Amino acid sequence: MASLKALKIRIGSVKSTQKITKAMKMVAAAKLRRAQEAAEAGRPYAERLEKVVASIASKVAVGPSSPKLLAGTGKDQVHLFVVATSDKGLAGAFNTNIARLARRRAGELIAEGKTVKFYTIGKKGRAVLNRLYPNDFIHSIEPGALDKLGFTDARGYADDLIARFEAGEFDVAHLFYSRFKSVLTQEPTEQQIIPVSIPAIAANATGVSASVEYEPDEEEILADLLPRNVGIQLFRAIRENSASEQGSKMTAMDNATRNAGDLIKRLSIQYNRARQAAITTELVEIISGAEAL
Amino acid sequence: MLHFELVTPEKLLRSEEVYQVVVPGTEGDFGVLEGHAPFMSTIRDGNLAIYRADKSEPELVPIKGGFAEVSATGLTVLAEQAG
Repeated sequence: MASLKALKIRIGSVKSTQKITKAMKMVAAAKLRRAQEAAEAGRPYAERLEKVVASIASKVAVGPSSPKLLAGTGKDQVHLFVVATSDKGLAGAFNTNIARLARRRAGELIAEGKTVKFYTIGKKGRAVLNRLYPNDFIHSIEPGALDKLGFTDARGYADDLIARFEAGEFDVAHLFYSRFKSVLTQEPTEQQIIPVSIPAIAANATGVSASVEYEPDEEEILADLLPRNVGIQLFRAIRENSASEQGSKMTAMDNATRNAGDLIKRLSIQYNRARQAAITTELVEIISGAEAL
Repeated sequence: MLHFELVTPEKLLRSEEVYQVVVPGTEGDFGVLEGHAPFMSTIRDGNLAIYRADKSEPELVPIKGGFAEVSATGLTVLAEQAG
């Protein structure tokens, strides 16, 4: 049996770990509220933009002259996976789940004979994917804290992506992130961002009257809106990710705190037993010593 | 009254009833009053002028990048940066 001293040290260390996880849980809870509000505040813009793009796209005939962001390159060979994760761990299965989904999809596409390249936002996704596909990275960004990212940053990433798309580096881009459903559930999600997926758009096109006047004409507006749409989709994903990360972190830290509590209880029992055993032995020694006299 | 909404990617900035809004469109400024025909335009960087009542002093809100949409429900300005 471990000595009394060793047990005492052990209990002390678990206690301080518990203090840390408890503090982290509370920080995550506070940040979660803010991130959730931010994610919700960004929805009106994204929804309206989607509706407008949908209504215009449904009017413009898709042909060879239409913007590449809408029509695609006409090929389906090189797929780019934009994997958004966080820079920090200690958030339960948050990063693992996103990376796992990306890995599974990559496996499927590679089995079909396609080429898959990666573009990661966040250190953690890079770490996992780098092990499996070390030669297929075209770029990775380490943004630091997710909740500090503004729309300008997202727009910058989007412009970079679009420039690579125009240069013919890939044909289709998929975005991987975690959708924030509730504090307890975050769902890893895949979304096609380049070219704009038409089925998703067609479903949204209802309820817009046909007699709208455009200034300048539809095509020019569309050419302006499509890059903007990529930016906003990325921004939305980052916001959702940020809320998901905090939600996941809160749950993970809550579990860790509870586990530490259980461990402390077990160790204390062990410590008390050891103490009693030591006292009993001492007593027996004294008594038998006294009897011997 | 005209229902007016100003939205940025970060949040919904304004949602209110106003008399008139003058929007800096790419091809020229245009004023929107209640009952305007459905219309959509991109905007250039400039100031939105919001008139709360007829002939009142306009409130100027600087905006950057985006577009304006007029539909049956009112005017929606989607700007990348505002305020």
